[in-house]
Amino acid sequence: MEHYISLFLKAVFVENLALSFFLGMCTFLAVSKKIETALGLGIAVAVVQAITVPVNNLLFQFLLKDGALAWAGLPEVDLSFLGLISYIGVIAALVQILEMLLDKYFPALYNALGVFLPLITVNCAILGGSLFMVERDYNFAESVTYGLSSGIGWALAITALAGVREKLKYSDVPAGLQGLGITFITVGLMSLGFMAFSGIQL
Amino acid sequence: MSKSTARQVLFDPLINTNPITLQILGICSALAVTTTLAAALIMSLALTSVTAFSNLSISMIRNHIPSSIRIIVQMTIIASLVIVVDQILKAYVYEISKQMSVFVGLIITNCIVLGRAEAFAMKNPPMLSFIDGIGNGLGYSLILIVVGIFRELLGSGSLLGYEILPLVNNGGWYEPAGIMLLPPSAFFLIGLFIWGVRTFKKDQLEEPDFNIHDPNHEEAK
Repeated sequence: MEHYISLFLKAVFVENLALSFFLGMCTFLAVSKKIETALGLGIAVAVVQAITVPVNNLLFQFLLKDGALAWAGLPEVDLSFLGLISYIGVIAALVQILEMLLDKYFPALYNALGVFLPLITVNCAILGGSLFMVERDYNFAESVTYGLSSGIGWALAITALAGVREKLKYSDVPAGLQGLGITFITVGLMSLGFMAFSGIQL
Repeated sequence: MSKSTARQVLFDPLINTNPITLQILGICSALAVTTTLAAALIMSLALTSVTAFSNLSISMIRNHIPSSIRIIVQMTIIASLVIVVDQILKAYVYEISKQMSVFVGLIITNCIVLGRAEAFAMKNPPMLSFIDGIGNGLGYSLILIVVGIFRELLGSGSLLGYEILPLVNNGGWYEPAGIMLLPPSAFFLIGLFIWGVRTFKKDQLEEPDFNIHDPNHEEAK
């Protein structure tokens, strides 16, 4: 159990997808002007991340990994080069399914997340999460933990940045640094702050 | 844009419409690979070729793609190209491809590639799209290489692995700035780079949402 808690804390704080791996930066910078929208997007990413990472983990373990097709009588087949295209396909399909399900059963949630869901397919954080899962060779339980926690970490980071930016717009920033420039500097400072967690070991 | 010449299409993205500093595209996977110049160069090369060839192939079939499924068609083309690049890198520069870990794969979701496919290749003939891909790839490379030079030089006192600033622990004088190798420095460098570019290109300045010296400014807009 401790192993999973440690993995959780590490993925949320120390190895925060947005602040230490720069993943999902485009949306991270573009959709962080208001706290409400940032929170909506953050939750959507966390949900999609928590679903896609475990699904891709199953795909990797039972179809693509070197020797994974042993159950089908093909132990020498290595399909890992097909990884990238399969993961992005899975992500695109899952986002689409999630969109339809939400639309049918939870219209309120669907309206809240509405515009962000399709965007998530091309969010690097989602694909990045799956690729890290493959690279670190997580088992199924670890991948569930990792998917959930990395999504939460991303949501935390974007909400915090939106909070900072809402206040920041009242400050007097040099003309050339206005907008994008100062946002980068802010994100850099936040990233420094999150690095302070890096000594934590459970 | 429809009348633009090949020359404009190639050189505009370098500074004038740089995909990173102006359009906030493609920062996603890029910054993590700039700790050494060599990785930045390889990444630039990989991205430029993927953008160019995806633009070329999407532009060639642009009249045959139904618009309702165009995103998935584009994704498939891009993903296939990235797999090719990934396999080539693994075959010839294995060490660096290990160092870049997941970030080669993340070219798929790099907004520049999809953004250019959607915004340019769907509307323009193949050759021009190819050049546009190269131009945007170069604009991205420019930032990546500048950031890579700063980070490797200040962070470990070397460029491409050759020692430029003699380090203290090798008997030299330069105390390496360890922070340059850590993620925050990449954000600071890009922020400063944007500041620099916008000081010279006034038209890229952003309007402040709220002007502290003239609070009525907002209403006036």
